[in-house]
Amino acid sequence: MTRTTRLVTLLVAVVLLGAVGAGSVLYAAHRSGRRDQQQADGPTVRTGTVSLRPTAERRLLVRNLAWGPHRDEIATVPADDPQGPRTASGVKCLRFHAAAGTGICLQAVHGALEDTYRAVVLDAHLRERHRFPAAGIPTRARVSPSGHMVAWTVFVSGDSYAGTNFSTRTAVVDTRTWAIDDNLETFRIVKDGRAYHAADTNVWGVTFADDNRFYATLATGGRTYLVRGDVAARTLTTLHRNVECPSLSPDGTRIAYKKRVKGAFADAPWRLYVLNLRTMKETATAESRNIDDQALWADDGTLIYALPGDYGSDLWTVPADGGGTARRLMASAVAPAYLG
Amino acid sequence: MYLADCRSTGSRGTEAAAVPDTRPGRRPAAVPSTVLALGAVSLITDVSSEMVTAVLPLYVVAGLGLTPLGFGLLDGINNGVGALVRLVGGHLADRGGRGHKVVAGLGYGLSALCKPLLLLAHTLPVLSAVLAVDRTGKGLRTAPRDAMISLATEPAHRGRAFGVHRAMDTTGALLGPLVAFAVLRATVDGYDAVFAVSGCVAALGVLVLVLFVPRRIDAPAAVRRPPPPEPVHPPQLREAIGLLRRPELRRLTVCAALLGLTTVSDSFLYLLLQRAGNLPAHLFPLLPLGTAACFLLLAVPLGALADRVSRRRLFLAGHGVLLLGYGLVLSPWHGVPAVIAVLVLHGTFYAATDGVLAAATAAVVPARQQGAGQALVGTGQALARFACSLAFGAAWSLWGGRTALAVTAAALAVSAVVAVFVLRGTDETPTTDEVPA
Repeated sequence: MTRTTRLVTLLVAVVLLGAVGAGSVLYAAHRSGRRDQQQADGPTVRTGTVSLRPTAERRLLVRNLAWGPHRDEIATVPADDPQGPRTASGVKCLRFHAAAGTGICLQAVHGALEDTYRAVVLDAHLRERHRFPAAGIPTRARVSPSGHMVAWTVFVSGDSYAGTNFSTRTAVVDTRTWAIDDNLETFRIVKDGRAYHAADTNVWGVTFADDNRFYATLATGGRTYLVRGDVAARTLTTLHRNVECPSLSPDGTRIAYKKRVKGAFADAPWRLYVLNLRTMKETATAESRNIDDQALWADDGTLIYALPGDYGSDLWTVPADGGGTARRLMASAVAPAYLG
Repeated sequence: MYLADCRSTGSRGTEAAAVPDTRPGRRPAAVPSTVLALGAVSLITDVSSEMVTAVLPLYVVAGLGLTPLGFGLLDGINNGVGALVRLVGGHLADRGGRGHKVVAGLGYGLSALCKPLLLLAHTLPVLSAVLAVDRTGKGLRTAPRDAMISLATEPAHRGRAFGVHRAMDTTGALLGPLVAFAVLRATVDGYDAVFAVSGCVAALGVLVLVLFVPRRIDAPAAVRRPPPPEPVHPPQLREAIGLLRRPELRRLTVCAALLGLTTVSDSFLYLLLQRAGNLPAHLFPLLPLGTAACFLLLAVPLGALADRVSRRRLFLAGHGVLLLGYGLVLSPWHGVPAVIAVLVLHGTFYAATDGVLAAATAAVVPARQQGAGQALVGTGQALARFACSLAFGAAWSLWGGRTALAVTAAALAVSAVVAVFVLRGTDETPTTDEVPA
């Protein structure tokens, strides 16, 4: 091949490959444009005022995933009519939780070069009170029952060639002082009664008992543990094995969590379980599918959690006592929180 | 900040390298076109692969809605297989006149094929499998590529040639994420578009290799001489292993492995740096960029310097710089300037050792076994570093991170002294390709 032939070949290839690349970008851009149009069979979503103040009527807040101009906005529905019309707030969050007039909203910031993330603490009118930079991709968020403490977990990825080293960072903030512990891995770990340190510790999925005590997942050495955390003493104490994404019941007696079960497919290993903290007895719920969410207690006997759906994910519900059956609560929604 | 700091160090390096050289025949020649072509292939391929690396976590968590923890469990297996593949790639490449290009092409091609496959992978096991194949491609191509760089370059200028290649490679690695996020921005979460563009870019890389890297790498005119009485048959596996009977190569492999055993992996170092400096968590992703920027700026000047002052000496000095970096992490000096200083030292370490080791290897291996030789030293180093990662993780659990680093630093100092002793007096004679066994 002569030099000219080679250059012409390269030029032709650049044009062809460029066309394929540009085509895929245009196609994806067009598809994303469609997501901003109201979906025909979707729920009614209208703009309105969303408040985190307690009201007479109990409400459910979610991140609305239905296609249309209000996709990804925090929206509210009456708790007794979850499939009814949604009121969208105009505030977009990837993960969200709220309690007692305080909201935590994890957002992506689309920068010129790359995405960054932030955790925004919201007041009862969903206005920003304080913001913190977050180190990675948001995955879990919680507010303590009093509304004083907030916590969030993000994923960060390592720098290995194929980018397969994932780890988590979990932060806890006291909204009365804005004091932040931006990496719970630095807490003192007491495992099986003894001090423990390792490079591979990861902490995620905080659920608050009160303004000082919380529960979370600790992973190390290829195992996961339920830990009880103490913000003031900066300690994490292991309580039980094979617990991920714990969620404490309103009466403080039980933990709903993801349990890795034997014999499940490697990519769908988790089932929804409930652990009694007094007896340490585990109960499987009637939900038999793989779940990958931090469940929420609707009341002392009912759990809510997200499962993959047509527009991202749907919210489902199942009794916490192991009985009953799972049923779909609402479509195209994620990150629920009850108010009132 | 990083760039400014690195650049000032870089210019010092350049000055040192630019000291007028009065020795005849040592005037810096142009970098061979084959090296530039291979550098371009690496640059393009790294843009492609780093595009994927940059968005993969986001894709897994936000795109697929999966929890990726434990995803890295296969890393150990991948590392072992990767090392084996590298040896096989190096050896196969030496068989037949144009084996290097074919095997390297297979490696680049395999990785390019994986990009469209990512579009079909929606579960973690499948995704891991695709990434493992991608990595196999990388293992396959590394040794033949370095062999081609050695063969195409005048022995006296190999340090600089490898420096140029590594700088181009790192440029691609820095550009990749920028391209990926531009695509992601234009398409609003169009991960499929990122993978498609990445596939196109990878295909372009393979094409540049096919079109612009010669099938047969001829030795540069300056060293062309009557062909040595080489055996005509392609090297056998036995001969590839027999390479270790060469004392020069054996010493180099042992030293690379010994020093590799005491080189803490990047992720551990960044973790320690973040904890020691109490660095805000959101700055963590910038740490690898600091190292890469410094590596990029210093690779060429330090490669050229290696050609003058001896590659082994620079290779050892690079580890001395790394030792300084460890010392700094352990020292009571914390804060942003300290972190930057460590990153500069870390980048300098890579610039002084990565391409330089390949150049040093090239000088002690006969031309017809360059692939196997590069694979041997590279694999020895990679396996040793992997062993160090395992040991370091265990030591961290036992004693805590700082103590583990202190112990590793002490071991690195001992290894460096041993390496100085082992490599003493055996400095390369780069003009002879046929070192008697």
